[in-house]
Amino acid sequence: MFETLTDRFEGILTRLRSRGRLGDEEVNEVLREIRVALLEADVNLGVVRDLVEAIRARCTGAALSKSLTPAQQVIKVVNEELTATLGGEALKIQYASRPPTVVLLAGLQGAGKTTVAAKLARWFKQQGRNPLLVAADLQRPAAVEQLRILGEDVGVPVFSEPTDPVAVARKGVAEAERLGRDVVIIDTAGRLAIDEALMAEVQAISQAVGPQYTFFVIDAMTGQDAVQTAEAFNEALALDGVVLTKVDGDARGGAALSVKHVVGKPIAFVSTGERTADFETFHPDRLASRILGMGDVLGLIEKTEREYDQGVAEKATERLMAGKFSLEDFLEQLQQVKRMGPLQGVLGMLPGVPKDFRNATIDDRDVGRVEAIIKSMTSDERRGLAVIDGSRRMRIANGSGTSTTDVNNLLRQFKEMQKMVRSLGPVGSRLAGGAKQKPSKRKQKGSRFTPSSRGAG
Amino acid sequence: MPLIIIVVIAFAVVLVLGVGVGLATRSRGSRTLQGPAHDRAVDRPGQAPQAPASTEEALQAPPPSEEPAALEGPAVLEGEVELEAFERPVLRERLGKARRLLGGYLDSIRGRTVDDSTFDELEEALLLADAGVATTTKVLDDLRDKVRTGEVERTPEGLLTALRADLEAIFEGDRPELVLGDGEGPTVWLFVGVNGVGKTTTIGKVAARERDEGRTVVLAAADTFRAAAGEQLETWAERAGASLIRGAEGADPSSVIFDAVAHAAAKHADLVLADTAGRLHTKVNLMEELRKVRRIAERPPGQLTEVLLVLDATTGQNGLIQAKQFTEAVGVSGIVLTKLDGTAKGGVVLAIRSELGLPIKLVGVGESALDLVEFDPSEFVAALFG
Repeated sequence: MFETLTDRFEGILTRLRSRGRLGDEEVNEVLREIRVALLEADVNLGVVRDLVEAIRARCTGAALSKSLTPAQQVIKVVNEELTATLGGEALKIQYASRPPTVVLLAGLQGAGKTTVAAKLARWFKQQGRNPLLVAADLQRPAAVEQLRILGEDVGVPVFSEPTDPVAVARKGVAEAERLGRDVVIIDTAGRLAIDEALMAEVQAISQAVGPQYTFFVIDAMTGQDAVQTAEAFNEALALDGVVLTKVDGDARGGAALSVKHVVGKPIAFVSTGERTADFETFHPDRLASRILGMGDVLGLIEKTEREYDQGVAEKATERLMAGKFSLEDFLEQLQQVKRMGPLQGVLGMLPGVPKDFRNATIDDRDVGRVEAIIKSMTSDERRGLAVIDGSRRMRIANGSGTSTTDVNNLLRQFKEMQKMVRSLGPVGSRLAGGAKQKPSKRKQKGSRFTPSSRGAG
Repeated sequence: MPLIIIVVIAFAVVLVLGVGVGLATRSRGSRTLQGPAHDRAVDRPGQAPQAPASTEEALQAPPPSEEPAALEGPAVLEGEVELEAFERPVLRERLGKARRLLGGYLDSIRGRTVDDSTFDELEEALLLADAGVATTTKVLDDLRDKVRTGEVERTPEGLLTALRADLEAIFEGDRPELVLGDGEGPTVWLFVGVNGVGKTTTIGKVAARERDEGRTVVLAAADTFRAAAGEQLETWAERAGASLIRGAEGADPSSVIFDAVAHAAAKHADLVLADTAGRLHTKVNLMEELRKVRRIAERPPGQLTEVLLVLDATTGQNGLIQAKQFTEAVGVSGIVLTKLDGTAKGGVVLAIRSELGLPIKLVGVGESALDLVEFDPSEFVAALFG
């Protein structure tokens, strides 16, 4: 059994050193899963394709990260690409030199335009402005009434009249001028992008008032259709930004990514609830990780890059390779690795580890037991300076709440492990590469050790 | 080299713990990704279908051939076929301007040999229709098997015909009619769903249709949260010729329903249509409120025979989660799929039906009172590829 393991061990370490670059196979494997994740998040198929290709180009042949597994490395790149796509330049409202600044809202039925109108009004008020709301949705029963009630809630006047949307919009702006309001927010009726008459109407509204900002309001749970709809609205109105609504739900929100990718205009605001106060500026990184749906992996990546103590790890590697690895070293490293997450998870993400190894179940209780046993030893016992005889074993067993059988097992298997690692001797040192040069008990054959290759982590 | 040490520690731990290599395995997919592996309950289809007779039908399926179609060239395994040079349609074209391009997908794959790219295009159609990865994969894997065994003709037409049959079979046995109570008191139909899907408009349409059938209808304005929700429903009551029971704004929705049912019973009205406030299924307190609403709605003298989940056809995969959560909370009896007159295809209902067994009863196709039709599986499926 140990021969096979030793071979495998060598194999992994060899691959780890000699590869140095992300391989096609690994990248493809991860990208397959990414594709599924993005589609399940409602990112448009065409957008997924573009993204996956861009990521593939970035990753294949890239230098291997020193601290992340290949899979983690690719996922990190994906997250960066998503964040970059979603982010970019934030929208900064620039007010018209001659007031009022006109803001036009457009979108499908039920997206949340009317609620957003009121939220925007409140937001502008907070910015120290004097907005006016214009209720130009004359199609939906009681839409005007709804906006009037919301306007009252946020303390902003509402203008409307039962004529036609274009007239309402035009007169609304005139009213704002008359009243000295410096921002006008126009709510319009929801409309299908393929409804030619209604799309012509909203264009007419736009032409009549010349808005500084036209916002496309879209529901975060929208599916593949987001692209088609956004493109149509953009073509008709030349959008300036996007408002994403109902973000407080559990939809992954891929539609936002699709729209941003395709229309290229910033996501200005997100609506996070039914109250008028539930309105925020947009955070691309938050949505990116939500769309990707790999929060735990991203967290692990962050943790790994931040927490793993390089110095301690390197020293331990030296000792290991020099055959001086003790139970104390083992405990220390075990605890370090544990800080990166549950051991099962960490094991699963190791590069090049054979599948059956990756899938071997590690019960954290076993790990706890091992830790307890080692902690119940004296310092000398841990460092292998004392022979652990029967009475010591008994003491350790009692102290750790385990049995002498457990203690025996641990000691025996640790010894086997030491043997195995020692037998790697020359191979191990060569492969470790970054270890400080120490006189080894055996001659190193064909050492490829170069000080400059010492990993910076 | 931290990575090496991790590998070493991992090995050491595994050894020391005495875990044998090659022991119990865990599916890798369940650890690294979301995306549950669904239990697929897609019904196995029966015989090949007849060509659909509907005039809307853009696709003429060829009559089932008596003899097996002669294969062009040697019979090869999939994936080994030489791809002939062809122009991959651009995404923009694929998205299409309107839903009814004559021929649709059949045009783009007609006359070519069946190979992996054919399946790619079918996959694309389904994914773009919001069918979801799980459903799409399952359905196409089944199709691939059938092509392999010769059960399905290895032509584009054969494939598309079989695929459509499989998808239609998902809805087999469903009846689109809304159930009426058979007892003394008024029938109650409860409408639930997330915000903005079209519950109130749907109620208006259903009321109009039931009035057409000669029934007396009472609308219960149990959305007491949304500004002017009562006014909105009032307009629909007028349009449909139904009476309306409202509460004060902010009143308990259950009390409105209680009043509406009592009123309907007293007036011997046939039907109570109860509107509720839109709510995200993630809001625990709102779902709790909905549970209470249901409890009140099913109390005699009312007979609660339908709890209809109104679902927006533009919704992506979250639609399945909505269906699950609402079903869990109040037990949904059927789906109303709205806004299908747009470009969205509503493919998420495939998963909703196959996983949850929820029938699609009605489809909304516009904002006027008449824009309501019964769900038709073959028309729906045809439109996925249109």
